[in-house]
Amino acid sequence: MVVCTLTDEEVDRLFQALADRTRRDIVRRTMLDDASVSALARSYDMSFAAVQKHVAVLERAELVVKRRSGREQLVRCNVDTVRRAQQLLDQLESIWRDRLDRFEQLLAEDRTTTTPLETENPTP
Amino acid sequence: MTVTDVRKDPTALTMEIVSEFSAPIDRVWQLLADPRQLERWWGPPTHPATFTDFDLTPNGAVAYFMTGPDGEQYHGWWRVRAVEAPNLLEVQDGFADDEGEPNPDLPVNVMRIDLASEGSTTRMTIRSTFPTLDAMEQTLSMGAEEGMLAALGQIDAILAE
Repeated sequence: MVVCTLTDEEVDRLFQALADRTRRDIVRRTMLDDASVSALARSYDMSFAAVQKHVAVLERAELVVKRRSGREQLVRCNVDTVRRAQQLLDQLESIWRDRLDRFEQLLAEDRTTTTPLETENPTP
Repeated sequence: MTVTDVRKDPTALTMEIVSEFSAPIDRVWQLLADPRQLERWWGPPTHPATFTDFDLTPNGAVAYFMTGPDGEQYHGWWRVRAVEAPNLLEVQDGFADDEGEPNPDLPVNVMRIDLASEGSTTRMTIRSTFPTLDAMEQTLSMGAEEGMLAALGQIDAILAE
């Protein structure tokens, strides 16, 4: 069993944060490596201020952390939060794989039962 | 293995699983649209499903319960969002109380199933989407085989709030 450790408020913030495509993309990009706010602004063709706003939303939802490096602000994905979502998706995958195994089993039964059924009902 | 592709997006809270079956599309559709056949694969062997209401029409209601090893029952519901036999079924899937009434306090997810005919085989794409991480967590801890019993503790916790 997975125990939920987030409060309702935290969850609301998390999902408001992920409701936007640019913000989701910032999370993906910063998973592997830090990115500066100015580099993100260039790649989205957005103003520095606009990207900074997105980053602030992600920061409040604990999806990214920000740190200063010289004159730059670097953004990094908070891998723990994303990992939690990933673990849940892994569970979901295994439930569906089990279901699909049973699904396939039923289709396989069709193939093995076709012949006996035909012989049980000979044409008069 | 029948599963050909799995795509999981933790930032969008979706999972897509693609599988292929060597059966005609109408036969595969039957496994979804005939409650007696659906019952044979929806629940794990330890928690078989029984569908009591089954109205696969737009906005139609489906009610089911799963029975655990000690006879305990867990009720669920679907609301049909789209249905186009034999190609598409999209439902909301949620939890219900002991009388089968949808419980508005428990999370709802959307399941979309697309079927496509490819020669003598049928490709099935299942896409599952959750509104929030919390909803996904709760659904899985309640719906997963092992989570079934643990869910009782969660329900108690919710009732105690």
